[in-house]
Amino acid sequence: MRADWQLVIGLEVHCELKTRTKLFCGCPNMFGDAPNTNVCPNCLGLPGSLPVLNQRAVELAMAIGTALHCDIRPSTFHRKNYFYPDQAKDYQISQYDEPLNVDGYLDLPDGFRVGIERAHMEEDTGKTSHAGASGRIHGADYSLVDYNRSGVPLVEIVSAPDMRNADQARAYVSELRAILVASGASDGKMEEGSMRVDANVSVRRSVDDPFGTRCEIKNLNSVRSLGRAIEYEAGRQITLIESGEPVVQQTRHWDESAGRTQALRSKEDAYDYRYFLEPDLVPLVPDAEWIRAVADTLGMMPAERRARLVTLLDDAGGPTDAQLLQVATVVDLGLDDLVVEAVAAGVGSGLALARTANEAATDAEAARHLDPEAYVALLTLEMQGSLSATQAKAVLAELFERGGGDPATIARDKGFEAMSEDSLVETVSEAIAANPDEWSRFCEGDDKLAGFFTGLVMKATRGQANGKAVAAELRRLRG
Amino acid sequence: MTAPRPALETATMVRAGELSAVAVLEHHLAVIEAGEEAVHAFNLVTAERARAQARTVDATVAAGGDPGPLAGVPVALKDNLCTRGVPTTCSSRILEGWEPPYDATVVTRLAAAGAIAIGKTNMDEFAMGSSTETSAFGTTRNPHDTDRVPGGSSGGSAAAVAAGFAPLALGSDTGGSIRQPAALCGVVGMKPTYGTVSRYGLVAFASSLDQIGPFAGSVADAALLFDAIGGHDPLDSTSLNRPTPRVLSVLDDGVDGMTVGVLTELLDGAAPDVVARVHQAAEALAAAGARIEEVSVPEVTLGLSAYYLIAPGEASSNLARYDGVRYGLRIDAEDTVAMNTATRSEGFGAEVKRRIMLGTYVLSAGYMDAYYNQALRVRTRIIEGFATAYTRCDVLLGPTAPTTAFAIGAKVDDPLTMYLSDVCTIPSNLAGHPAISVPFGPGDDGLPIGVQLLGPALSEGRLFQVAAAVESAAPPLPAPRLRAGMPA
Repeated sequence: MRADWQLVIGLEVHCELKTRTKLFCGCPNMFGDAPNTNVCPNCLGLPGSLPVLNQRAVELAMAIGTALHCDIRPSTFHRKNYFYPDQAKDYQISQYDEPLNVDGYLDLPDGFRVGIERAHMEEDTGKTSHAGASGRIHGADYSLVDYNRSGVPLVEIVSAPDMRNADQARAYVSELRAILVASGASDGKMEEGSMRVDANVSVRRSVDDPFGTRCEIKNLNSVRSLGRAIEYEAGRQITLIESGEPVVQQTRHWDESAGRTQALRSKEDAYDYRYFLEPDLVPLVPDAEWIRAVADTLGMMPAERRARLVTLLDDAGGPTDAQLLQVATVVDLGLDDLVVEAVAAGVGSGLALARTANEAATDAEAARHLDPEAYVALLTLEMQGSLSATQAKAVLAELFERGGGDPATIARDKGFEAMSEDSLVETVSEAIAANPDEWSRFCEGDDKLAGFFTGLVMKATRGQANGKAVAAELRRLRG
Repeated sequence: MTAPRPALETATMVRAGELSAVAVLEHHLAVIEAGEEAVHAFNLVTAERARAQARTVDATVAAGGDPGPLAGVPVALKDNLCTRGVPTTCSSRILEGWEPPYDATVVTRLAAAGAIAIGKTNMDEFAMGSSTETSAFGTTRNPHDTDRVPGGSSGGSAAAVAAGFAPLALGSDTGGSIRQPAALCGVVGMKPTYGTVSRYGLVAFASSLDQIGPFAGSVADAALLFDAIGGHDPLDSTSLNRPTPRVLSVLDDGVDGMTVGVLTELLDGAAPDVVARVHQAAEALAAAGARIEEVSVPEVTLGLSAYYLIAPGEASSNLARYDGVRYGLRIDAEDTVAMNTATRSEGFGAEVKRRIMLGTYVLSAGYMDAYYNQALRVRTRIIEGFATAYTRCDVLLGPTAPTTAFAIGAKVDDPLTMYLSDVCTIPSNLAGHPAISVPFGPGDDGLPIGVQLLGPALSEGRLFQVAAAVESAAPPLPAPRLRAGMPA
């Protein structure tokens, strides 16, 4: 981005809600099933069928609104009319001028605040695949439509045009995704299309200038594509303006392999959607009690979770930069509860965070399903010196493999069993008794002999003893 | 010639084991056999399915069970009500070959009440029309004069009841499509309060106006059918979740002490013989103890204009789904858009296309506020106008249609004149209120005239009560000419 230009970015994110059933019928909301198996008269748009609003979908939409600090308001549904084969009724039921959630915000991890204009409910379309060279509807030999996705509940989250560079846009999408996952509303999988991002991009020479003419970029299938597309598009617009040509308001398609955007349609041939109030539905007016009930079930959001870990580190002398990265990783993977529980059980926050970010994170899925008590027990064993770091990692791997278990038992099975304090004391005493000269020199201050005795104890215990514990015992006996 | 047995009596006898449902059905199938060619009330007579249903009813009675309040009563269904595995055409080529995989809620409720679905009746295409002439499958003829229209859009259902093909029928009423053909065919027809009868499985024309309602030979039979189909349905979000008025039990309650307002605006464009019958009905109600007033609701004169913006607007969206992609007619072409266009061009008739274009226009950017939104404001004013009238009156009285049945072909090329035949019925749809048409003697031409009773939302009980009083004072109507020589 050239220094004399400023970028203005607003994002529209569609996310599929993680409901059991579709928005207006009882068909399963399931990705990846055989085509046209999760369909009924309603989501096929058969004559005479009528929509019935899914209560759970409304609750998840309200959860998103709550997490994004929106006002949740009485709302209505409209019909957005346009012909397309994957749209069963040839109109989409969507919230229009009275959306459920308005006027919220999202704070990026660095504290930058992005306004949320609205987060409204609508239904998804089916999926068309076009056979033929182009892969697009134009010039296709034939087209196939799968209506399994038809009627899947969506929430469209529209940001204010507050972002000023591609990094912020990327951070926004990552943070939003984390919020959607944390709220339980969506699984946020961009690659499966359960989260889809469109970017509105314009450029201007100075912050004092009004916004430039924007283009909307579609087909952004990853956070990486989003960043590349924004940067390409900004460059394209700057080149146009600098060569004296106007930017035309357009919808543009991101071509990932070519690394550029292409015009889809301009404003002049934009559809006239003929929005009007959906007569088959009644207004959606959530009362205060319902809104509160949804808010009460909402767990902690990622920002709050990060702050919670940072507080734990503060108690232990403040987070380093490396630890801040670990915090982000742990929260992103949904493993922060493990850290918090371990610290609560007396494990040091640095150790708990490091083990979780470095070891548990290698198999986050297994870690999320691990019994936290087992995890805490393992870290406690390591902290007490009963297991070495290497042994603790091996036990954790075993815990993942078995899907749980008692770390002490696993350690014993692996032959790692740490010595009890009594037997450690006994072994140390035996080593001293067998080497009275060395012991005298140690007592006189020859500290190097600590290594000699530790080595003997290790040999006697075939490595089971904890070195630190041996050294501590030697110092205790010396007085 | 014997008058057809009332549905109430049939059901009572079938439930008591004094009459077999199969015999009742066979009688009606014989009447259809004799008269259908002249009338063309049906798109499809489902004789075999009906026989199976009738045998089940008889078996239930024989086993000591009760098949329900409509036991063994044949009911004709307008062909925009979805019937599982039975073609449902809306009298349109575009639904050619389509068999719904599900039953409309009213169809399910009729079956549960022991009724026999005898067939699917002809209608104006997608219920757009007032004469049944826009059907893609030919015009239905008025049993009182087969050179005349039966009215519409539920002309097939009205004609089926008038001709004795079925004692009861269901229609749908968006702007008068039950009441106007009921009046023209000399039968009772009723539009319920919006939301009292489930629209699930009714192929939509204009969703905020459509209501399913009964046709019958008498007020009592209409009440019997209304009681069987009403009530909350979770499958229709606009279905009212509150007790539906039961009407059969109030028919003998009389009109003593009620105030009936003669709605002057509805008389303005009506033919003199129609106006005379309305006044005669008012006098009869006065004689029965009601107080009669003249009432003006000026807003209702705006109804027709508002209706022809709102209904086509909704229809243009409701009918978008007939695109050749999933069901019904498909005319192949070189690409999807061309296929959509070819299918819709071939599949829809002229009146449907006219309304889709009108509706698309009134909803389009730049025109929406001047037309559609303005019509919604008018709609609110009509509701307010009625509300004022109902502070003084219990029900309102007027004609159902401005004239008796007109000749086939007389208005088919003049849409605006055709639209005027719904001028008296449209206001109730815009307000969401119930209204009922009761035959009240012949006009100067000997053809039936209907008087209409209008009431506020959920006043069905009161409406039926007054309708029964009107019916008992009605001058006799000549039996349909068609009935002569038919099986009794």
